[in-house]
Amino acid sequence: MRRLKGVNRKAFLIESHLDGLRRGESLDGAVPEDGAESVDELPRDVVGLRSSPGDPQIPLGCTLIFSPGWETDSTGSTAGLCQPVERDLFDCHLGCFWPAQVPDQLNHAPDWTSRCAAAEKDWRNIDLIFP
Amino acid sequence: MNGLQLEAREFHAFEAAGERFVYLVPSAAVFRLDSATSAILERLSTGPRRLDALIDGLAGSFDEEDVKNGVYDLMETRAIGPAGAPPDTMPVEVPPADFPLTTMVLNVTSKCNLSCTYCYEYGEDRLVDEGTMPRYMDEQTAQESVEFMLAQSKAKDAVNLTFFGGETLLNFKLLQKTLDYARRRGVEEGKQVRFSLTTNGTLLKPDVIEWLSANDVGVTISIDGPKDTNDKFRVLSNGLGSYEMIVPKVRQLLERHSTRPIGARVTLTQQNLDVHRIFRHLTEEVGFREVGFAPVTTSSCQSYALDEASYDRMLVQFQELAREWLEAAVDDRFHGFSNVRESVEEIHKGFSKAYPCGAGLGLMGVGTDGNVSLCHRFAGSSEHRLGSVTEGVDREKQAAFLEEHHLAYKPDCHSCWARPLCSGGCYHEAQTRYGTTRAPNLHYCDWIRSWTHTCLEVYGELSERNPSFLRHFEA
Repeated sequence: MRRLKGVNRKAFLIESHLDGLRRGESLDGAVPEDGAESVDELPRDVVGLRSSPGDPQIPLGCTLIFSPGWETDSTGSTAGLCQPVERDLFDCHLGCFWPAQVPDQLNHAPDWTSRCAAAEKDWRNIDLIFP
Repeated sequence: MNGLQLEAREFHAFEAAGERFVYLVPSAAVFRLDSATSAILERLSTGPRRLDALIDGLAGSFDEEDVKNGVYDLMETRAIGPAGAPPDTMPVEVPPADFPLTTMVLNVTSKCNLSCTYCYEYGEDRLVDEGTMPRYMDEQTAQESVEFMLAQSKAKDAVNLTFFGGETLLNFKLLQKTLDYARRRGVEEGKQVRFSLTTNGTLLKPDVIEWLSANDVGVTISIDGPKDTNDKFRVLSNGLGSYEMIVPKVRQLLERHSTRPIGARVTLTQQNLDVHRIFRHLTEEVGFREVGFAPVTTSSCQSYALDEASYDRMLVQFQELAREWLEAAVDDRFHGFSNVRESVEEIHKGFSKAYPCGAGLGLMGVGTDGNVSLCHRFAGSSEHRLGSVTEGVDREKQAAFLEEHHLAYKPDCHSCWARPLCSGGCYHEAQTRYGTTRAPNLHYCDWIRSWTHTCLEVYGELSERNPSFLRHFEA
């Protein structure tokens, strides 16, 4: 900390945590080189304060962990998933910023939701897209 | 990198002793700024800016490296961040079910020999109807309560037992027996038990005072200041004031009981708001070491409820006493204004609370019938019952309480920078004002923010002028 001076106990905890990160315990495993003092060279992990050094880095985003519908079940189909696959389509379509999660409605599947006027009633009409 | 768009995140800036500081939310860390970081925050206070624009804008005063280092420090401490980044989420981490009890408040009687108009137990705003609770706790219930306390304190090696009422000393016999029992059982369990009580002072006879002193019992006296202010509300059942009866006894207590500091606890009302005069009288003329003030807990319709102008008046006087406290602290002297000391201690330790107090968690109240409630103020209320001293705590009910009272579920508080210290305020006050413990106490938000700001200024100034004083808060 070059420009801020910690005053209370919580500030000291943050300082010592950041020192730990700088000594090479950063979340992404990046060890700064000796003398890497400039702002451009140091690891810029703004979520660093949330986890203690050494925690595994958990990928964030909907498909990898929280939306099992995008995967297949043990037989390679979608019938045995714990949630209907359609629930997941709308999960991504409405709640997620990731553009590749929904079919390309401009080019490949322009009519994907044409039979779905109101999602809460008609979501069953949205079919899967097969390439 | 230089094209990075930056914006201010959540913090509260304040000045003290000619320096600028930030109180970061929600971490509750306090950092002192230098001229460069101060200038960066000032620029960002008007809206997001690109890093290169910041560097250009500050070029007259700081070189590029200064600004970059300042930005880096501020980003690392999360005072600023990339523009558009989502706000910090508030994880709902309910404390573990076996969270140890540190304080048990034992209501040894529900009876009182005074008839204070504003009383939350007997007055208009009472939660429990009169006559529904046993008037006195019996010996068996008291002993079961002690066993409950020792068991619930888990691995803690010290636990606090606070006797409460009604008027606590009306059940003096039980106090004596329970203290002896708790002390003996504490030794057997290898735990230190610390004792305290709150009383209105009417029954402080010489033998009682002797007993309090011999047993190191901390004493808090409820008293509202000089005769004219005290006697407005603190009256006997015939309407006569209690001051003349109490003060000679309190003087005796202060003279003879020196093993623990003795504090006064003052209830402020619309009609009784001269904080200075009350403080001077109770410390200088009566001799209390510490005086704590709290506004009366009441629904807004009562004539003694504080209105907005009164909150302002209280604030100004609190601020003046806080300055006095600061000057004393700078000279390493003690000053008895306990409200500011408590807040400064919380700031120093960096408290960031998910709950306003320890009620239902590290602190529980036990009614005269042995039922366990959130705190002593809810004793006897079936709605707020958490179990009993014989059956133990209903863990499901406790977990549900903690879950739904978490700060994360008080959206009104989410935009307030003072939430790490306030966390919505007293459950009992909320119950009385809004009919539910879940409501944040919105009627004093402005007051809390102004008072927290004052305490931050006091803390900042103390950290500059006499940092060694802060050692007192390290325990």
